[in-house]
This record gives sequence, structure tokens and C-alpha cells, in this order.
Amino acid sequence: MFQLSKDGLAFVKNELTRYETKRSAVLPALFKAQEENGGWVSPEVVVHLSQVMDIPMSQINEVLTFYTMYNKKPVGKHHIQVCCNISCAMAGAHEMADYLCDKLGVHDGEMTKDGRFTISRAECLGSCDTAPVMQINMDEYIENLTYPKLDQMIKELK
Amino acid sequence: MAEIKLLTEHYHKPEFQTLDGYKKNGGYDVLKKAFKMKPKEIIEEVKASGLRGRGGAGFPTGMKWSFLPDNGEPRYLLCNADEGEPGTFKDRLMMERAPHQLIEGMIISAFAVQSKKSYIYIRGEYTKCLSVVRKAIKEAYDAGLLGKNILGSGFDHDMDVYSGAGAYICGEETGMISSLEGKKGQPKLKPPFPAVQGYLAKPTIVNNVETLAAVKYIIRDGAAAYKKIGTEKSAGTKLFSVSGDVNKPGTYEVPLAYPLRDLIANECGGMKGKLKAVIPGGSSAPILNADESNKVNMDYESLAAAGSMLGSGAVIIMNETRCMVDMLNVILHFYHHESCGQCTPCREGTGWLEKIVSSILLGRGRPQDIDLLDTIAQNMKGRTICALSDAAALPTISFVQKFRDEFEFYIREGRSKVTGQPIKRKNIKGSHHVEMHH
Ligand SMILES: Cc1cc2nc3c(=O)[nH]c(=O)nc-3n(C[C@H](O)[C@H](O)[C@H](O)COP(=O)(O)O)c2cc1C
Ligand code: SF4
Ligand code: FES
Repeated sequence: MFQLSKDGLAFVKNELTRYETKRSAVLPALFKAQEENGGWVSPEVVVHLSQVMDIPMSQINEVLTFYTMYNKKPVGKHHIQVCCNISCAMAGAHEMADYLCDKLGVHDGEMTKDGRFTISRAECLGSCDTAPVMQINMDEYIENLTYPKLDQMIKELK
Repeated sequence: MAEIKLLTEHYHKPEFQTLDGYKKNGGYDVLKKAFKMKPKEIIEEVKASGLRGRGGAGFPTGMKWSFLPDNGEPRYLLCNADEGEPGTFKDRLMMERAPHQLIEGMIISAFAVQSKKSYIYIRGEYTKCLSVVRKAIKEAYDAGLLGKNILGSGFDHDMDVYSGAGAYICGEETGMISSLEGKKGQPKLKPPFPAVQGYLAKPTIVNNVETLAAVKYIIRDGAAAYKKIGTEKSAGTKLFSVSGDVNKPGTYEVPLAYPLRDLIANECGGMKGKLKAVIPGGSSAPILNADESNKVNMDYESLAAAGSMLGSGAVIIMNETRCMVDMLNVILHFYHHESCGQCTPCREGTGWLEKIVSSILLGRGRPQDIDLLDTIAQNMKGRTICALSDAAALPTISFVQKFRDEFEFYIREGRSKVTGQPIKRKNIKGSHHVEMHH
């Protein structure tokens, strides 16, 4: 059964008091729980959050399903999101996403068998002047991507 | 035309990110000036400046502020830092380089509209902005610039950051409000407008990052000075996020009415290749061909007269190697993916448009598809709760109209007129959201 850590619980309890309504805490709480659950939100996570927040599961699920940054299925340790929107597409992002998929033997949005990577295509990340751009998990962007950079990155991320 | 830098003047200085460095460059002096004015005077000044919202719609800011009802209810100020419009990256830069400039602009604006609480709604992907802005807010609290009785003015104001979670539609103001309430970010029918019934059904002003920052310079220099920049209907400077086939993509601040040609030649270091087309206001704006691009000025009325719009100021530049069928497909994939699904014309229309264009790309296009694209798009315009439907329709209509030959060629030959080859992409038609809606 999933349970928030002591810190996680303290964070969620604090969020519940920070906003004008308790419900506003659902988005930050889901981020926290996702982080503590290995990068995705399982049905158990929702049950737990509903209990500790005293918010109906339906209201948590509504948020969970609407926003793309909550993963509804397990993702790799490194969730690589390649922006394939217009400026990145012009700079070859689709081909780079394909390259990563081929190299790791997965399709779009799939996790590698060893659980290390998930590759997916993202929408505009707001860094179009440094296209192509990607984001790994919730880290800072990796910009001006090149094939050698991709190779290097895959080698380094174990 | 002379270069005018207001908002971006100190962007190159790393010190500008910290409170001390910001203060060294005149930071928070304008707030002191604003506190000597009456809130109504600030609103009048902003009205007189001609400032129009920089988030996309270009609505006059001072006028929006004066829609607030005088009913004693608490008022909220919401800074729209969702920045989801493809091609737009100016707000990210401002938050990273000049967080205090935004905070100062927001305190002045909050004082003007007499709001005691504001939120900066930042898209969740912007992890760096989130931490930079949070840190700056803390610095401001510690220095007595936020909280109770700011600088002894008697004005109390609290500010907080809220993180989005990956939904373009949360940039639409009513969608953003729902999201801040902890719900799905689905837009609501207007009226009532947020100024009357917004966050928690209370009066709420939603403004873009750049808009709120610009308020500081209007109060600093006075409305008359600000209005002198630009044109009668497009006052002030504007930050343009330029990307695509130019030598120096980036964010550039120029006076409104700056010729697009000059922006490319002077600020962006010229074209990479030969100019073919420009999307001047974010991917939802109608595309301009080379001829139109060379003639147009970057202001609200000139772009409208040219059949496009200024939007968020995202300028996407394409050279002769770009296949327009391909480009439209990328754009349509986005709007289909991001449709919130409430309105039938948008939910079905965006999917249908994407399906048709991707089938053309796969060599399965039919001659009647071109007119079909236009008909569907025409029927999606102005019939929905929010403007996302138009955001998919307007580019479609303009692409098909201005580059019809490329669509015809592709349908006839099963390959791109530009590259001579079929556009091959594994994910074409692979929109996983197609299933979601059925
Ligand atoms: C689908 C959609 C997405 C939008 N996204 C943004 C956005 O990311 N940032 C923004 O400032 N405005 C966005 N807007 C416009 C807002 O609804 C609103 O008009 C704006 O934030 C008002 O601020 P302004 O008056 O300062 O421009 C969007 C509108 C629509 C219809
Ligand atoms: S137009 Fe589209 S995005 Fe906007 S409310 Fe309707 S369905 Fe949702
Ligand atoms: S198109 Fe990729 S960051 Fe904007």
C-alpha cells in the first residue's frame, strides 16, 4: 500500500492550509505523491490522498486524468520528453525522438524493459529559441539537442 | 527606428535576479512612487497609456481593471504565467532574469485594483521559473515588500505561486481559475467575466506576465511617455519571441509597429535560407506569406489588417525548405491534443482536421479534402466556449488558402512539393488522444 513519507505528509498537510480552499491542494499533493511513488500515480495513491486530505476520490481523479504531467501508468526512472511542437519539429525533434525510441527499443510513451527510460513527445516547452529541447523528469531543460548529445546522455543516465 | 528597452534593459545582468541587484538598478523605487498615488489614479494612468494585454487577446488593461464591481468583496489578482502557446517563451525569460520586476509590477497593479492576494500561475514544466520566483517572493517578504503594511503604505498584500500540471487550456483565464481552485482546467462561458466573477466566484483580474511588468514602466515614466512609443492603438514596447529559420532566435523587445522585416534583419541576424512564411503571433495566428511578411508592421492593427494577429508575440519563421502540409499537421496535432473536450465543434473539429491533414501526409488525401478542411474550420470559428477552437481553425484556413498548391500537389502525387519526398514520420496520425474522445 502506498503511503506518503513523513515529509510528504507534512507537505500535503501544509498545502491544505495554504490556499483559500482545501481543494486547491490537490494539484501540489499529486505532484508530491507522484514523486514519492516512483514517478506515477497509482490507484492506491489516490485512495491514500483521499484519506489524508479528506477529499473525495472523484475530485482527485478528475485532476489526475486532466493534466498530462501526472503519469497514469509506471514510467521509467528517466522520463525523457522531447518537445515536438513547431519550432522543435523544424529543428528535427521528431527524428530525434524516433532515434531515441529505436536506440532503446521502445515505442512512443513506452518504458524500457529494465525500467530505466520512458520516451515521449511533449508539446511546446517554451524554449523554442533553443530548439530542439527536452526535459527529463522535472529537471531543467536540455537545449539545442544534437545526436551526439543524445548518445552521451543515454550513456550517462544509468 | 531607435531601439527602446524598458522591460529588458537589465536582462543581461545576473544581479538583476536578486533583490539587492534589482534595487541597485532602481528596483522598487516605482512602487514607492505608486504608493503616493491613489489607486484610481494608477488605473487612470494605465488607461491613458493605451497598454493592451500581452497574453494574446490584446484587451486594454486599464479598461479591464475598471470592470471590477464596487461591492466590497475581496479581489484577486492572477498573473498568467502559463505560457503554453507554441512559439512563446518571453514570460519564461522575464521570470528567470527579472523576477522582482514582475513582483514589483504586480504589487503596483494589486494596489491599483485593491487586491490583497495574488497568485502567479506558472506552468508546471517551468521548474526553474518556479524556484526563481518562489525565492524572489521570499526575498520580498523578508524585505517588507510583501505582507502587512508594505513600506508603511498601509497596504497589505500576499503573493503566492501556483504550479500548473501540463495543460495548455489552463492559459485561458477561466480555465486557469478552475485549475487554481484545484479542478480540471476547463474554461467557462463568459459573461460573467472574471473581473466580476472569477476565482472562488470573487472579482478577479487575470493579466499576463509582460502586461503586469509593463505597468511599472507606465507609472515610472507616465502614461504620456509610454503612449508615445508605438502607434495610437498599439502603445508601448513588446517582447517578441522569435524562433525558426533565423540566425539568432531569441526574445527581443522593440517598439510596437516595428517592421517584421527589420526584426528579422536587425534583431534576428537575418534569415537562414530564404523567407517563405511567418506565423507572427503564436501558432494560433494565421500564417503570412513572404510578401505579406515583408510589408507588415508588428502591431495589433497592422497585423489584423494583414489578416493575422499579434497574439502573444511569438514569431515563427519558416524558410523555403518547409513543407506547409507538414507544418499544419504539427499545429493541428497540438490543438487536438489540448482541446478540453467540452464543445463539440472543438472536440470533434480539431480531431477531424488533424486526421485529414495526416491522411494527406500519408498519401491518402482526396481532392475534396482541401475544401473540406476549409469548411470544417469555418464551422469551428466563434461557436465555442473559448478561443481554442479558433486557434485551430484560423491557421487551417490561412494555410490552405495561401499554400493551396502544396496541398494539391501532395494529394495528387503523394509527396511533398517542397522536399519532393513523402514526409515520413512514425507518429503521423498517431495521436493517442484520438481514442480518448471516442
Ligand atoms: C486557449 C487559450 C490559451 C491561452 N494561453 C495563455 C497563456 O498561456 N498566457 C497568457 O497570458 N494568456 C493566455 N491566454 C489568454 C488569457 O485567456 C487572457 O486573455 C490573458 O491572460 C489576459 O491577460 P492580458 O490581458 O494581460 O493579456 C489564452 C487564451 C486561450 C483562449
Ligand atoms: S473551445 Fe475547445 S478548449 Fe475551449 S472550452 Fe470548448 S472544447 Fe474546451
Ligand atoms: S516548440 Fe519546442 S520548445 Fe517551443
